[in-house]
Amino acid sequence: MSLSSIDATLLLASLIVAATPILLAALGELVVERAGVLNLGVEGMMITGAICGFAIAVQTGSPLVGFVAAAAGGAALALLFALLTQVALANQVASGLALTLFGLGLSALLGQGYVGIKPPPTARLDLGPLSDLPFVGRVLFSHDPVVYVALALVGAVWAFLKYSRAGLILRAVGENHDAAHALGYKVVRVRILAILFGGACAGLGGAYISLVRVPQWTEGMTSGAGWIALALVVFASWKAGRVLLGAWLFGGVTVLQLNLQAAGAAIPVEYLSMSPYLITIVVLVIMSFDKSRAPGSLGRIFHASQ
Amino acid sequence: MPRLERRPQPSARWTWLAPPLAVLVTMVAGGALFAALGENPFEAIRTIFWDPLFGEFAFYYRPQLLVKAAPLILIAIGLSLGFRAGIWNIGAEGQYIIGAITGAGAGLAFYPMEGWFIFPIMIVAGALGGFVWGMIPAILRARFGTNEILVSLMLVYVAEQLLAKMALGLLRNPEGRGFPGSRNLQHYPSAHNAELVANTGIHWGVVAALIAVIFAYVLLTRHLLGYQIKLAGQAPRAARFAGVNPARLVLICLGLSGALAGLAGMFEVAGPAGQITIDFNVGYGFTAIIVAFLGRLHPVGILLAGLLMALTYIGGEAASSTMQLPMAAIQIFQGMLLFFLLAVDVLTNYRVRARKTEVAP
Repeated sequence: MSLSSIDATLLLASLIVAATPILLAALGELVVERAGVLNLGVEGMMITGAICGFAIAVQTGSPLVGFVAAAAGGAALALLFALLTQVALANQVASGLALTLFGLGLSALLGQGYVGIKPPPTARLDLGPLSDLPFVGRVLFSHDPVVYVALALVGAVWAFLKYSRAGLILRAVGENHDAAHALGYKVVRVRILAILFGGACAGLGGAYISLVRVPQWTEGMTSGAGWIALALVVFASWKAGRVLLGAWLFGGVTVLQLNLQAAGAAIPVEYLSMSPYLITIVVLVIMSFDKSRAPGSLGRIFHASQ
Repeated sequence: MPRLERRPQPSARWTWLAPPLAVLVTMVAGGALFAALGENPFEAIRTIFWDPLFGEFAFYYRPQLLVKAAPLILIAIGLSLGFRAGIWNIGAEGQYIIGAITGAGAGLAFYPMEGWFIFPIMIVAGALGGFVWGMIPAILRARFGTNEILVSLMLVYVAEQLLAKMALGLLRNPEGRGFPGSRNLQHYPSAHNAELVANTGIHWGVVAALIAVIFAYVLLTRHLLGYQIKLAGQAPRAARFAGVNPARLVLICLGLSGALAGLAGMFEVAGPAGQITIDFNVGYGFTAIIVAFLGRLHPVGILLAGLLMALTYIGGEAASSTMQLPMAAIQIFQGMLLFFLLAVDVLTNYRVRARKTEVAP
């Protein structure tokens, strides 16, 4: 094998592409968890978004409409979760698992007619002279619009949680829902909105995989990206900026192992394919030393009469 | 909008009524789904739930029922212990795969020797493999407080890659002309998990599943450990005061469920599946989560839920061959069942009251 066959510019550029789906999904989940809800259905919402986006993009010929449909699809599935956990007061862990199992089945059914089709290409954003810069232009300034949407979303979520009144209310609901309720905030309403946002983000992330990253439809194609996004939120200690860092780290690992596979490294392909998951575990272990805490009401059921 | 009033205790009546009601609602919703797919809903429901048991080809399907139910019950029993204690092992699929690999590996190591001791060694190896795989998230959780949900799930993907590596490498059949996959254990009498009674589908895995049900029942109703598991789940603080060691409970629950999932994998690979292949696993580890909840985390409930879920698998296969219904529709069906169960469960824990007008005192 020759390491020289790996091009650093291409590697970094594809790192950003590989990081985008988990970045989007993890940002959504971050907001959900800051509102005190643990939605383990990210994988199900991502794969549903992946097929909704793919199908609609193929039907309409427009990737943009596809991405909108993906967000809607993810949010629709999230609405089911919201109804279960916020209205029927069901266990969040079980409901999240149900969402993932249901989403995997639903996507397989919806995607039957779409195997082997190529989606309409998502155009790169031309940033004029910026894109022509050597190295930096190739790495940072010649991606599709969704990459920049995801990056902007990192800033938006950070600012929303830190500086806006609504963000403060959302955090209050997540830290102590009884106190927030006593202050007159609508706990259930805030949480449902957060869950819908999380679903829309996961849907976008899924569609990014099926429309840009791969780009085609295969059953179960998210292959654990949703779970990695969940791990990313823990890794980030529920902070938006660190989600970006984590997403690039995982994107880097994914891209590097793919490049090593292509370069014919001495390590068997299967062991390389394991590496993102193993590194997730290692990172989770390291992060469990960091006792900066999860939101206080995370995963607890809120019932107003108490 | 009606108001929910928390019951002082979960309703005993609804605890038992909720699963059948959820099944009924799922059938209605599933019928609507099949109608949307352009099939006759009544025919689809009959093909899935009635024909495999009482139809023309029931003699073929009935044995399959036990073959499919055994791994589901075996895995779900293990999961239910952890779920009761608030320990979420959702990586049973991985433990199932590893159990199959170690079980088959132990058997193939003796090939072509024959002997009565080979099959017991395989059973131990399978249980041990699943146990070790389950202990990884257990030790990380007990020692470092790492989230066991995510770790156990990540290990599923690791196990899948390991399975591919084994099917292509170490365990590949040397006489298989280079095709991936191990030797077929069905053609190796000492390692074959054969049918014990002809045409019933009963193999050693079914026996093990029944033993597990009885064992779990005794554990939960008669043994101190079972009491501690229930206590830790319902009142973690009280459990701490009562001297329950949470780390020990994590190790026991994840270890046990891992070992049972590993056993299920081993019985499957030595019997119905026959060989280690790249796509050996079919999601029993995930479906078992639904089985555990549908069975109310109760051993007898799980036994019934496992049989029902096995029926949806078999009925699904029948429906896909006779009605060209996609297998994915069955997956949705199973997911919906868990959804509706969780939704109906609100009636177990809460009373629904019409909203009264509030009067100032």
